Amino acid sequence: MGCGVTKSDQFHKHSGKAVTTIRAAVLIQRWYRQYVARTEMRRRYTWHIFQSIEYSGEQAQIKLYNFLGYLMDNFTPSSNERNLISHIFRENDICRDAEWERYFCYKKIEVPEIYSGPHLTFPLTVEQAVGLVEAFRNKKQLHSRYALQLLLETWKLLRMLPNINRISTCHSKEITICGDLHGQLEDLLLIFYKNGMPSLEKPYVFNGDFVDRGKDSIEILLILFAFLLVYPSDVYLNRGNHEDHIVNLRYGFTKEVLTKYKMHGKRILKLLQKIFSWLPLATVIDQKVLVLHGGISDSTDLNLLARLDRHNYISALRPPKKRNQSSASTSMDSDLDEDVWGANRIFQRRASLTFPKPLGARDCFHNRSLQDFSDRIKVNVETELEIRRRRRSAFNAVMKEPETETPTLSFDSVYSDNAKEEWKQILDLLWSDPMAQEGCVPNEVRGGGCYWGPDITEDFLNKHNLQLIIRSHECKQDGYEFCHNRKVLTLFSASNYYDVGSNRGAYVKLGPDLVPYVVQYQASSMIRELTVRQSVGRTERSALKVLREQLFAHKSDLICAFKKFDSENTGVVSLNDWASAVESVMHLDLPWRMLRCQLVTRKTSEGMIDYYDWFNELAIIGPNSDNIDQSLLETLYRHRSTLETIFRIVDTDNSGFITMEDFRQTWKLLSVYLKMEITDEAISDLAVTIDSNQDGSIDIDEFMEAFRLTDKKSRLERGRSMFMGTATDLTKLEGDPNI
Amino acid sequence: MMSQTDETPAVAKRRDNNMAESNNQSAETKLSDVHKRIKAAFETFDNAANNTVDVREIGTIIYSLGCFPSQADLHDFIAEVEEDHSGYIHLDRFLPAMTKVLLEHKFPPIPKDLLLQAFEVLDKDNKGYLEPEELTKYMTQEGEPFTQEEMEEMLTGLADHERNVIYYKDVINQLAIDPDM
Repeated sequence: MGCGVTKSDQFHKHSGKAVTTIRAAVLIQRWYRQYVARTEMRRRYTWHIFQSIEYSGEQAQIKLYNFLGYLMDNFTPSSNERNLISHIFRENDICRDAEWERYFCYKKIEVPEIYSGPHLTFPLTVEQAVGLVEAFRNKKQLHSRYALQLLLETWKLLRMLPNINRISTCHSKEITICGDLHGQLEDLLLIFYKNGMPSLEKPYVFNGDFVDRGKDSIEILLILFAFLLVYPSDVYLNRGNHEDHIVNLRYGFTKEVLTKYKMHGKRILKLLQKIFSWLPLATVIDQKVLVLHGGISDSTDLNLLARLDRHNYISALRPPKKRNQSSASTSMDSDLDEDVWGANRIFQRRASLTFPKPLGARDCFHNRSLQDFSDRIKVNVETELEIRRRRRSAFNAVMKEPETETPTLSFDSVYSDNAKEEWKQILDLLWSDPMAQEGCVPNEVRGGGCYWGPDITEDFLNKHNLQLIIRSHECKQDGYEFCHNRKVLTLFSASNYYDVGSNRGAYVKLGPDLVPYVVQYQASSMIRELTVRQSVGRTERSALKVLREQLFAHKSDLICAFKKFDSENTGVVSLNDWASAVESVMHLDLPWRMLRCQLVTRKTSEGMIDYYDWFNELAIIGPNSDNIDQSLLETLYRHRSTLETIFRIVDTDNSGFITMEDFRQTWKLLSVYLKMEITDEAISDLAVTIDSNQDGSIDIDEFMEAFRLTDKKSRLERGRSMFMGTATDLTKLEGDPNI
Repeated sequence: MMSQTDETPAVAKRRDNNMAESNNQSAETKLSDVHKRIKAAFETFDNAANNTVDVREIGTIIYSLGCFPSQADLHDFIAEVEEDHSGYIHLDRFLPAMTKVLLEHKFPPIPKDLLLQAFEVLDKDNKGYLEPEELTKYMTQEGEPFTQEEMEEMLTGLADHERNVIYYKDVINQLAIDPDM
């Protein structure tokens, strides 16, 4: 690519310094502009990397959840296996509130003398709320007694709120709207510092995703709830897709609470489940501006949303169960089911988890990920109906009830069209993203909600007589972004979300003129010293590290793909073939050809890539377990987020330990989910290796630690790798037994 | 992966045949490779996913493909491919024009030593560095001038933090040009 020899003589040949100077200036300008452009390109694809890995993690989570729900609904594993996972589906809402208040009672919890955090008395005052902020700024933790009390009061208040908050900017009040915070306390403190804390003169709307990923999710919640209690007419909270206990299992909030509140964490989490379900779904300002977390779809109907019973949706990922109206009522999932199953052994299929023979496929739109294993479940429709009919009559015979409604045997028999419609409305609201093209398509990347286009926005705004939608849900480099002819504003308030320097956060102020005024910021003083170029470099290194790990985790499949391009088995492939192979295996929509020079630095003299060598170059040290099968290890590593999530589900008492037997069952679950054969022997070997002290139980954290890969190249690892999908790297607070 | 010393003659022959074959095909595959690279770069700026980009991004795209056009070169290129002053450029026109640029090495990179000489020309007192004011004067008044924003960014990015001067030799080395281009 050289430009020849002549140019280097130019400076000496030309007469007149002026001409030389101009030429020199031009060269430098051209070179610098080129550099800036390349940096911009790198920034874009770095972003791309983080986003696609993030969204594919969400998709995996939803798939996992759908899979578990499917198992629950469609066949009857032995009671052990079922109990492993049934509890996350159990609604338990039949108990009356009085019973719940007993369960959540904080009164017996004593606060020891040495506790140095804040003491709260109710009703809460603004001084206490401000004091709470100060305490958290000083790294104090709120005692579980006060936390529970605060949460109880919050729950009581939220139950009185409508699904859609309606507020106004009358009295010349400017309303401040904040987007995703994701447990990043530093950002909330920065917002309060710049903008002032909530007050009668300073109303706030917080647009969801307060928790997960960051390490101070519970503190953020407590602050927001405290201000909500003090200023109920001036603080508004919208639910986000992360205000959901199923999502929390994977993305760190569950773990954070259990770590910080070792004794009462489980209760706190249960209470939070209820609180999340009672969070309002949206806020409308001056009847013109709609604020909600995710977005809309072509079927979003605000009237429907205003009418439904939002608290039935404990998790947006699962439709609500209709309660059996009979007076012998306990939870649908627990005792009643045992009786039914017990009495119906004739129809009971003792399918073990490794060979499911379910009764029928769900046809629900939202379970399209189940297409993955639809080839295992092709059942004749008539057979299915026949089976159901037989079950129903058997059930009736047993219960001696005239009631024709059956217990939950499959989705269809229980959920009316109405319930399905409501559920879809909520899912769309919390999970959708805008797109540039017109129309509305399912959001397959995340696994929930839709992508909606500018025409949908236009129709929706006209239909409801609105002028602007403010939503969050997506990280933006500047903290905000307009789209759809400035009719949709995305607002994201967690700065440095992907890594130090990756993005700014923003909040919006809205006065009576309803013109959004955006304020940007970036937490951490380190940032100011980094230029944009430097922070791109940092973030890029981070992204590439994550990407290298993903590649390493798919080593076997990649080698297979490379071999297809290398029929002569020479061990090398061309650069172009490399890109094609990687593309076909990784299923991440990334510009591999552009990333190639970052990921492959060694080429043979012919310009080919030695792919075996390349895996060494990826410079990842594998886990240190010699007697475990390599491909099993690779699977473990690749699906560690899913594995950890299943562990936490299985760990019903939230102790952080699971028994060996449960461990084996977990593996069976995973092997079905992944459609892999894992022999009992392999599992036993694995189990023996992991349970090093041979006491019959496995420490989940230790297990996950063992399978964390370390990157040789990175010496400056910040220890915050959200894209492992687990919270393994959260700063482990030594749980204070006094709290 | 076998090293050259321990591969059998049969494998060596196969490998050589492979190379020869691929050299014959190299023009074809090379073209396909070039097309894919151009498309990848283009798509990064195709926000509406409709195979068009804003004309203002064309410079960035061309630069990122390893080319060093002057501003005049850019204007000419854009004039060729823009859709009737619509402000947008379609992939259908960009692809052939850009392919030609790449295959013919139309806007070659600036060699390091030439760049160094350029800085030395501006460094009239041979100090080994440039003061921000000096550089600003040249960049904003001579050649294809920078905007104020560009200038500020350049200074922030290139100036040594402590001394607040630009050590151009270091800068040239740090901002290494992409080896793959």
